[in-house]
Amino acid sequence: MTELKLYQVGTFAAGNRLLDPSQRTEQSHAGRANSITSGHRACRGCGEALGARVVLDAAMRASAGRMVTVNATGCLEVFSTPYPESAWRVPWLHSLFGNAAAVASGVAASLQAQGRDDIRVVAQAGDGGTVDIGIGCLSGMFERNDDVLFVCYDNQGYMNTGVQRSGATPAAASTATTRPVGSRVGNAFGTGKSLPVIAMAHELPFVATATVADLHDLERKVVTAMGMHGARYLHVLVPCPLGWGTSSADTVRVARLAVESGFFPVFEAHDGEVTDVGRIRRQVPVADYLRLQARFAHLFGEPGHPDVVARLQRQADRSIAHFGLLEGEPS
Amino acid sequence: MLRQVEGSRAVAETVARCRPDVVAAYPISPQTHIVEALSDLVAEGRAGRCRFLMVESEFGAMSACIGASAAGGRAYTATASQGLLFMAEALPNASGLRLPIVMTVANRALGAPINIWNDHSDAMSQRDAGWIQLFAASNQEAVDLHVQAFAVAESLHVPVMVNMDGFVLTHAVEAIDVPDQEQVDALLPPFRPLHVLDPEHPVTIGAMVGPEAFTEVKYLEARRQLRALDVVGEVAERFHDVTGRRSGGLTSSYRLEDADVVLVGLGSLLGTAADVVDELRDQGMAVGLLGVSCFRPWPFEVRDTLARASRVVVLNRAVSVGAGTVLGGDVRLTLAGTPVVVHDVVSGLGGRPVTRDLLRRLLTDAAEGRLSDHELVFADLDESLAARALESELDHEEVGP
Repeated sequence: MTELKLYQVGTFAAGNRLLDPSQRTEQSHAGRANSITSGHRACRGCGEALGARVVLDAAMRASAGRMVTVNATGCLEVFSTPYPESAWRVPWLHSLFGNAAAVASGVAASLQAQGRDDIRVVAQAGDGGTVDIGIGCLSGMFERNDDVLFVCYDNQGYMNTGVQRSGATPAAASTATTRPVGSRVGNAFGTGKSLPVIAMAHELPFVATATVADLHDLERKVVTAMGMHGARYLHVLVPCPLGWGTSSADTVRVARLAVESGFFPVFEAHDGEVTDVGRIRRQVPVADYLRLQARFAHLFGEPGHPDVVARLQRQADRSIAHFGLLEGEPS
Repeated sequence: MLRQVEGSRAVAETVARCRPDVVAAYPISPQTHIVEALSDLVAEGRAGRCRFLMVESEFGAMSACIGASAAGGRAYTATASQGLLFMAEALPNASGLRLPIVMTVANRALGAPINIWNDHSDAMSQRDAGWIQLFAASNQEAVDLHVQAFAVAESLHVPVMVNMDGFVLTHAVEAIDVPDQEQVDALLPPFRPLHVLDPEHPVTIGAMVGPEAFTEVKYLEARRQLRALDVVGEVAERFHDVTGRRSGGLTSSYRLEDADVVLVGLGSLLGTAADVVDELRDQGMAVGLLGVSCFRPWPFEVRDTLARASRVVVLNRAVSVGAGTVLGGDVRLTLAGTPVVVHDVVSGLGGRPVTRDLLRRLLTDAAEGRLSDHELVFADLDESLAARALESELDHEEVGP
């Protein structure tokens, strides 16, 4: 890709018009699949709707349209298929909340048995359906190395049921089940899990994280994953205006700050080893990321919790050091 | 051809001849021998193109079958007891999505206390899951029912559960005729799914349905189940035409002509019960036996047969705690408005054998008016043990605030 120097936004992300047509995103092509059409019922500014559209259109291009999808219960399922409407222009199957990975494994096995395994399988779930209720089936799909790309759209909580805490909710965040009341300052520190790291421990051929702030990177990862076989995992950070208490115009901005602050590490791993990281062009304090979100507002009021903000900064610093996220650092 | 073979092995060979595309399995006693044999058959290339998925749980097994079936493949799994309950969430999902999955349940008790032995509490607990439920009285019938199950399932697009008693059948070695490939193929044309994940014709399967149409979906499901009352019989007839063997159907009757006292039951105890009926008939008692092969949908047609008796003894290997038994309730409902006396009886829980002595006593007591017809009878209860435990329990019970 053309090396662009766009220091004003602090990232490598570039508008399509600045790029050679061959380097533009799938979304800029008239022939894109429109896997999920407009008219669905997602909230304004929904990061998940954006992520799903970009992921599936890229996967459709990469598979030349030979693709089927499996979807866990959650926002994406609910807002896209209120009977008798459907926003899906790809073959789409929804079974339950916690079984998307196993359903997808069954689809892949069935297609293989029928000699139709030129058809690729993509499974999608939110963070609840991935890191919590779905982790058993997902781990099974991983260890069997079933031929499925599993995509987690991580909005860090149970947004469909009214913003409760999940195993992917960050520390100190206020949710419907971690309200900052009494001595509690939001979600507890020392909890939660990193599914990408757990996925890497399964030594999958492909594990990556991405955000909706860099659609070129997201599409490239989808294309890489679709070019491979076996169990592959893509974890996409998708801000949720409703659950995070952000302006719906700020979805991409918040996602970018999550990366630029080091709060959400962007990387790619093959066979359990990190092969590439998304470098931070211009590091910003974690507070810049947190301040835009009502779920962290209690940290900044009067008297606020500067100690908690400092602790979150230390978390980001550890992540930056662990993955070597700063430009010029060895990765 | 008859040969000595274990029930589980015979079922596995039959399933392999049904040409499944995907077998998903998670081990649980007493189902294990079935899936072990299928694993071998697939590895040996004796199950056609079938893929054997070793999943991480029964929930995963049923979920993989859901995916396999929605992708246009023939899908099979087997489980028992806790395993059936662990996949309970996926059962109405499979039936609601109209996926004709076939599953063997090697019937076993539900814990606690944990117990690996045979009774019917697992299957009965899932009676409302929208699955057709067939019960095998013998290993021969278990084998035959699997072929019929795929035929029934794929004709109605409704999943079918084949129940066979854990250990009593699954682990028994006896002379069984496993239908040959030609016979199975004659009964089972290639699977034609109702809707399928296909890039050429993208469809949305599993949409969210609100109050505006949910009732209609469930009504259609109920109607479809009732259609199975015809289809189960038709498939059993076709099976007879092809193999010359009578298996399956809705019910089986044994010496019901002029029977005054009729025993109703299901599963492997029917063999023992037939022997007892013979014995009592020899002594001049007008007793008969009605075996329920198709438990769901419930064969309401048994009303005509049962209404001719004066007493019906319903024998259950499961309790619907606080309300009698499921089978007893079904029979009472069926006989509503008739003068027939119904005795709701529990025995054979958690592997306790249902003996000839017990059945003889039950039928004799019923005929002589010594069997309760208003409360649930625990026919093989160790009354002194239970009384001692009950006494101590009541001693320690705190009542009221």
